[in-house]
Amino acid sequence: MKSNKIFISGDEAVAQGVRLSRPHVVAAYPITPQTITVERLAEMAESGEMEGEYMHVESEHSAISATMGASSVGARTFTASSSQGLLYMAEGLHYCSGGRWPVVMMNANRSVALPWSIYGDQRDSLSLLDCGWIQVYVEDAQEALDMIIQAYKIAEHKDVLTPMMVNLDGFILTHTYELVDIPEQEMVDKFLPAFQTPNKMSFEEPKNLGFSSKPDDNTEFKYQQNEAMFNSIQVLKDVDQEFADTFGRKYDGMVEEYRCEDAEVVLVALGSVCGTIRVVVDKMRAEGKKVGLLKIRYMRPFPEAEVKDLAKRVNAIGVVDKDISFGYEGTVYTNVNSAISKIDKYVYKSNFVGGLGGRDITKDEIEEMFNKLFSGVENKSEEKVEFFSLNVESND
Amino acid sequence: MNRPKKTEFKFPTHIDEYPTGPQYAAGYLPETNAGWRSVRPVVDHDACVYCLRCYLLCPDGTVVKDNGKITFDMDYCKGCGVCAHECPKDAIEMVKE
Repeated sequence: MKSNKIFISGDEAVAQGVRLSRPHVVAAYPITPQTITVERLAEMAESGEMEGEYMHVESEHSAISATMGASSVGARTFTASSSQGLLYMAEGLHYCSGGRWPVVMMNANRSVALPWSIYGDQRDSLSLLDCGWIQVYVEDAQEALDMIIQAYKIAEHKDVLTPMMVNLDGFILTHTYELVDIPEQEMVDKFLPAFQTPNKMSFEEPKNLGFSSKPDDNTEFKYQQNEAMFNSIQVLKDVDQEFADTFGRKYDGMVEEYRCEDAEVVLVALGSVCGTIRVVVDKMRAEGKKVGLLKIRYMRPFPEAEVKDLAKRVNAIGVVDKDISFGYEGTVYTNVNSAISKIDKYVYKSNFVGGLGGRDITKDEIEEMFNKLFSGVENKSEEKVEFFSLNVESND
Repeated sequence: MNRPKKTEFKFPTHIDEYPTGPQYAAGYLPETNAGWRSVRPVVDHDACVYCLRCYLLCPDGTVVKDNGKITFDMDYCKGCGVCAHECPKDAIEMVKE
C-alpha cells in the first residue's frame, strides 16, 4: 500500500483529512486552538490544492448557518470551532441536526469562560451532548485525520443523515506534531464517493423546507432523529471496518479496550489522556496489577452495550472527566453510571474530575486513581466525585 | 396561468411516511384559501375594458383571462378587494358573501 508520512500537528492533520474528503464548502471562523486548521484550509482553497469554496464568515453562528445552507443543496460541507465559538454556534447545532444535514465539524476541545482560558478541557462539547450531533473523541493526530474521512461516510449515510463533531483536545493534540500517514487521494475517493442526499434542493426536484411543525407531529421528527442516532451505531462500525480494509488502520468503533481482558479495575476516559493512561496501565501490569483502560470514542451515540459488557467483567470502574456538571458530577460519569445501573451486579465506581482549564493529568495521578479504585473495592469506600487534584487544601 | 392542483393531505400513519428532516417535495398544496373571504369580486362586463390591470395586481394571481373576459379563481381569491380598488372603470364590485 502506498503511504506518505509527514510530520504535522493535529490541526494540520484535520485540514489534510478535510482536503482529502473534497468538501464543496468550508465555512469557519478562526479560534484558538483550532486556528491552524482553518488557516491551512484557506491556503489550500487559495492555491487550488482544495477545489472547494472557502467562505470567510464573520462569526461561528454564520459558519454553521452557511454550512447548513450549502448542505441543503447537496454540498459536502465542513466547519470547525472551539470553546466559546462552539457555544456561539449552539443554536445552529440544533437546527443542523434537526434539518438532517450531515455537516462535519472539528472541535478543538477547550475550556469555557469564566475564568477565561484558551487551554484544554472537554466542557465545551460535553455541554452540547444533547444537540443531536454524533460526537467522537480522538486520541492522536492520525486518528483525527482518519475520523474526518470516516465522519463524512457515517454522517452522509442514508440511515443516519446526522451531523458529526470530531473532537480533539486543544493544544495536547491540536498543536503537537507527530508523523501522520496521508492517504492517497485516489483511495479516499474510492472510500468516500460524492455526497448524495435524498433531500437535495434543486430545480429538477423542487423541495419545500417545512420550517416549523405543530405539536401534532413535532415529536415524530424528534423520534426520527433519535432512531437515526441509534442507526449510526452499526454504520460507524461498518465504516470503521471498511476503513481498516482500505487503509489498514482500525479504531474498534464505539470504544477501544486496552488490556481489559482479565482486568479488575478499569479507568474510563476520552481523548488524549488515554495515551497517558496506557503508559500507566503498562507499568502497573508489569508490577502484576490487573488494570485496564476503556477509551470511549463515541459519546453520542453512547456505547451503552460496551460499558455494560465491561462492567460485568470488572470490580471497579473509575471515570476520568475533563468536565464537571456543576451541582452533580462529570457528564461522562453520569452516562457511564447510567449504563452500569442496568446490569445485575455491583461495581465500585468513582469519578475523577481533572484536567480542567488545561491542567495536566500526570502519570502519578493516574496511578493514584487506580490505587484508589483498588482500595475502594477492598474497603467498600463511599462512591464520590473527586476533583483530581486541587493544588490547595480544601474544606472536604 | 396554470394554477396548482390541490393535493389531498393524508396525515401519516407510520413513521416511515414522514420526510427525513423538514424537507419534502414542493408544490404540495393541501388546502385552498377561499375560506379567508368575506366579500367577493363581481365584474360588470359591460363596463370592463379588459385592460388587465386587475390581472397584474391580484396578489394571489386569481384573475383568469377567459376568452376576452375577466373571471376569478374562487378557490384562491381571498376577497382582499385590490382589483376593485385599482379598476380604472370601477367595473368590479365587492359583494358580501
